[in-house]
Amino acid sequence: MDLTWSAAEHAFRDEVRAWLDTELPAWRTRHDDRILSGDTAEGFAQHLDWERTLFDAGWAVVSWPKAYGGREASRWEWLIFEEEYYRAGGPQRVTQNGIFLLAPTVFEFGTPEQQAHILPRMASGEDLWCQGWSEPNAGSDLASLTCKATRDDERGGWVLDGQKTWTTRGAFCTHLFGMFRTEPGSERHKGISYLLVPLDLDGITVRGFGRLDGDEGFAEVFFDGTFVPDDALPGGVVLGEVGQGWSVAMATTSSERGLTLRSPGRFTATADRLVDLYRQRASHGGEDAVLRDQVAQGWMEAEAYRLQTLQTVTDDAEGRPLGAGSSFVKLWWSELDVKLHETALDILGPDAELDSPWSKGWQFALSGPIYAGTNEIQRNIAAERVLGLPRK
Amino acid sequence: MRFAFTDDQVAFRDAVRDLLAKECTPEVVRAAWPDGTDAHGARKGEGSRADESRVDAVWSALADMGVLGVGVSEANGGLGLSELDWVLLAEETGYASVPHPFVETACVVAPLLDDTGDPHEVLGALVDGSRQAGALPLGSTLVPWGNAVTYLVSLDHRSIADPAWVARRVEGGIAVGDKPDSRRTQADTMDSSRHVVQLGAWSTDAGFADAAVAQRAFDRGALATAAQLVGLGRRMLDLTVEYVSERRQFGVPVGSQQAVKHQLADAAKQLRFAAPAVYGAAWALSVDDEDAARAVSTAKALASDAARLTARTALQCHGAIGYTVEYDLHLYLKRAESLVRAWGDAGWHRRRVAASLGI
Repeated sequence: MDLTWSAAEHAFRDEVRAWLDTELPAWRTRHDDRILSGDTAEGFAQHLDWERTLFDAGWAVVSWPKAYGGREASRWEWLIFEEEYYRAGGPQRVTQNGIFLLAPTVFEFGTPEQQAHILPRMASGEDLWCQGWSEPNAGSDLASLTCKATRDDERGGWVLDGQKTWTTRGAFCTHLFGMFRTEPGSERHKGISYLLVPLDLDGITVRGFGRLDGDEGFAEVFFDGTFVPDDALPGGVVLGEVGQGWSVAMATTSSERGLTLRSPGRFTATADRLVDLYRQRASHGGEDAVLRDQVAQGWMEAEAYRLQTLQTVTDDAEGRPLGAGSSFVKLWWSELDVKLHETALDILGPDAELDSPWSKGWQFALSGPIYAGTNEIQRNIAAERVLGLPRK
Repeated sequence: MRFAFTDDQVAFRDAVRDLLAKECTPEVVRAAWPDGTDAHGARKGEGSRADESRVDAVWSALADMGVLGVGVSEANGGLGLSELDWVLLAEETGYASVPHPFVETACVVAPLLDDTGDPHEVLGALVDGSRQAGALPLGSTLVPWGNAVTYLVSLDHRSIADPAWVARRVEGGIAVGDKPDSRRTQADTMDSSRHVVQLGAWSTDAGFADAAVAQRAFDRGALATAAQLVGLGRRMLDLTVEYVSERRQFGVPVGSQQAVKHQLADAAKQLRFAAPAVYGAAWALSVDDEDAARAVSTAKALASDAARLTARTALQCHGAIGYTVEYDLHLYLKRAESLVRAWGDAGWHRRRVAASLGI
């Protein structure tokens, strides 16, 4: 056990911090210090500008190979980057669903040609990927999905029919990665393929709609006899093998829930801001033993998440993968985020009703226990696959 | 950066785990409970009991393995290891609910005497298992295993005005309920295997350790107790998973019901996140990290809350069978609840964390 950073890792941290301290204010200045939510049309463009700033300096995808726009940072350096990013107040990554959800699958299942085309364009923000998994009648029960892709050998491609929904930032993206039933009459996890679909094809309608916080962060995507030619993307539009889409998709969900999607840096930064918020209130005569206790609890839970992640990264590096244990992690960070923000609103008192980063953050935190697999599904997975309780 | 134990540390843990699985079974823990009825007529120790001699044998076995001197320098007959080496052992003593003052003797007092030159010449006897030590942290008047403890220290802040930590030797004490002809009376308590004696009055020396050493002794006690709570939590979870996988109602195992699964997943989650906090605190103490006290308090607060939740969940998922003296769950449930408040409860430790954060 050695919980210290090496000299090289300290230097990496200093480099990240110095860059962020210069570039974040510069980005805000470029947009007249009026940064909108990345989940609105105007704000998305601002955030794309930020994504390209990150990419140009090699910070968009730090852990990726240099050939695809990364800097081959270690997992430790990635954690340091995340800590610094959120400590500096870096915005939510509007490219995250490509970078964190699709890219790990492309690295594992993509052909060299697919990797060479998809990854650099994803890193640079040239192609913007959204997720097409959920459907109106396939949410937690994802395997009941009915969107179909019918093979058309004559024209050389697939014909898509059906509807996807809850597609985050779908209205602003250029491509969709999704699961489609390619074997007629197949059921559940069988006969599904993982397809990569440009959204500018004929027969696709994308309709954005408002989330609870009012931002147009959701979209529903309709496919109406949409023809996707095999050569729509170099290397083809199927990721992994035809009919293996379910296992292709699930292979990397553990990493999404357990590590990459919501790193501890995000929550340790929020917890530190919560401590500052309480300190400000207390300095104006607003000391409150109950709130102070909740702030300490939130800080400790963020710290526990940080320590648990150090353990997870070590275990992973030494050949002890987290596996289904990632479901516990998703439960932890999603519940922690809600608690941290609820405490902040309580500290703010009646003023919490006014729009602020805390009230906005609270509304977003409310979605955490729902997305990336609801917490009820995570509890089932944890109970059955980690604790070994009998399936129904 | 590496957050994992060494192969040696894990092997030592496994050796202690195997030993306790054999020597400290539930029947042995139960044998540490008083037989028959207590002063109020309650039959607390009822159930399958091992021979009473096996209770003492647990302590001798730990001594033979060198575990009691794990935190004592080799010059003083110990193994010369650190908090990082014994934290997993403490967890195992929790898992087995060892009915002896392991935390007080091996994790607190023996290392404290090692740090202070063994001023009262008892260290050798603590390491070889012939004597047991106790500690009174934070003004507590309860001496666990007060029937057997023959060396006792208090660990406290000097006064409200002077927050410096001080370790004092307790030189003489009168137990509550003492009769003229006896020095000690075991109190009726929730977990009677702890053999708690309550002191009504006692005297101490002026103190024999400097403030940093005394604070470290306290932090070791809180850390070791947090580790025991994680171990106890895991034991209760294991018992419950086993039970609900077998017990059938409505034609299916009750553990196949989501209402049961979700409660157990939540308890397991709290334990899984308390454990790294405990291990991180052990590392912090072992390297004398400047934030070690905060790390220890984080560990104890999270472990206390996780163990209490797990105890409640375990009982609820067992149903009525868990609410009997004969079934083993209560041996661990009551130990956990006793330790939740020992060495500072969750609230005390949260206040300490808050203070260290400057709020």
